[in-house]
Amino acid sequence: MVPTLGYLKETPSQTAGPYVHIGLAPAQAGQAFAGKTISNKLAGPDTPGERITIEGRVFDGTGTPIRDALIECWQADANGRYNCHEDLPGGADHDGFAGFGRCGSDFETGLFSFETIKPGVVPGRNGVQQAPHISLWIVARGLNVGLQTRLYFSEETAANAADPVLNTIEQEARRQTLIAERISTGDVAVYRFNIHLQGAEETVFFDI
Amino acid sequence: MGAKDQTRRQPAELYARDRTQHPPALTEGYKTSVSRSPQKPLLSLEQTLSEVTGPVFRQSDLGPLDHDLIKNHAHDGDPIGERIIVHGHVLDENGRGVPNTLVEVWQANAGGRYRHVNDRYLAPLDPNFGGCGRCMSDDNGYYYFRTIKPGAYPWRNHGNNWRPAHIHFSIFGSAFAQRLITQLYFEGDPLVDQCPIVQTIPDPQAIDRLVARLDMNSAIPFDCLAYRFDIVLRGRRSTLFENRLEGN
Repeated sequence: MVPTLGYLKETPSQTAGPYVHIGLAPAQAGQAFAGKTISNKLAGPDTPGERITIEGRVFDGTGTPIRDALIECWQADANGRYNCHEDLPGGADHDGFAGFGRCGSDFETGLFSFETIKPGVVPGRNGVQQAPHISLWIVARGLNVGLQTRLYFSEETAANAADPVLNTIEQEARRQTLIAERISTGDVAVYRFNIHLQGAEETVFFDI
Repeated sequence: MGAKDQTRRQPAELYARDRTQHPPALTEGYKTSVSRSPQKPLLSLEQTLSEVTGPVFRQSDLGPLDHDLIKNHAHDGDPIGERIIVHGHVLDENGRGVPNTLVEVWQANAGGRYRHVNDRYLAPLDPNFGGCGRCMSDDNGYYYFRTIKPGAYPWRNHGNNWRPAHIHFSIFGSAFAQRLITQLYFEGDPLVDQCPIVQTIPDPQAIDRLVARLDMNSAIPFDCLAYRFDIVLRGRRSTLFENRLEGN
């Protein structure tokens, strides 16, 4: 009987709905705030690390790109440090790197993208290292609770093979749903990462 | 400062999310969920640094009117509608205030119309109302903003479905795994019980925690009414010996 211990219960989730942009991506909805806005550009000009772009779409069970999804990402810097008080005391927003970004799917094409740097290796549990990855959270009309997943990088073959989270996925074929494909190299490497909500290619989502 | 730095602090882990308090992914009464709900079970993971850390925001990131939806889009006067203050605490499951966390809100105007390119409802836009705002909780987790009460509006689901008046809330907490989006409803609204989106939540007591209470003590006489709405995010464990994420 948990209530007798005095714990509160978490507030229930509700869908972000179709107009999520008004609140979370006001520029996309045609509005402007006086203060700082959260965008899909995570890295500043002084941020150390390899510049990368991630792009993709979120697909529903009919294979149709969702054009009203909103994706948020949270990642470590090139040294594997998260930009928060615990991990970088006093260093929030160091080198112009927020570590956090969000992007609404394009209203026409469904494309989302992030301009960032490739994160470093992050410690996992029990001394095991985690392969470079970006945590993602997806909300949209029709999603009652935000979906948590991760993005890994296709060229990190050895690190991915040893990653404790990827290895927790029983069906090996499904591990591929979390691996972004490096589709071009140059000054800025581009990765494609599509998210499938249903079907044979359904992305692995987590309960964390 | 490598990833193996032993001085690195490990934030405490979060309590497991109690999914009985949330809607399931597939809720046929809310039709859009049918083709968008994952069909495979979520994979349970042990938490790592990636989940127990989260972005930091500061009051200085915000503009001076971000928390005042009556003024932050006003051009030639105040918006039409019932003036209200919405306030409360962002708490965690331990009952402690969540300090300095970002709260973002968005809503329709008093006629039930959103200022959004995809909203084509016949009710008019209000030139003085944008419908978006944000604020930071203070050191005790207290937050407040001022707005007008949104209107109900019809939506395409079953033939005659109307959304009850509601304000969308987005809350961060201090860990990415605490991230939450929800909706505030208003005490006494008969549409709450009829709404397929509200009813995606199976537990009536959980629904009741989304209903803001009229708070006459916080109303400002001859100016505006007030509603109180507390938000609870996942709590953190304090038994540190269970939290050696890195191990040795």
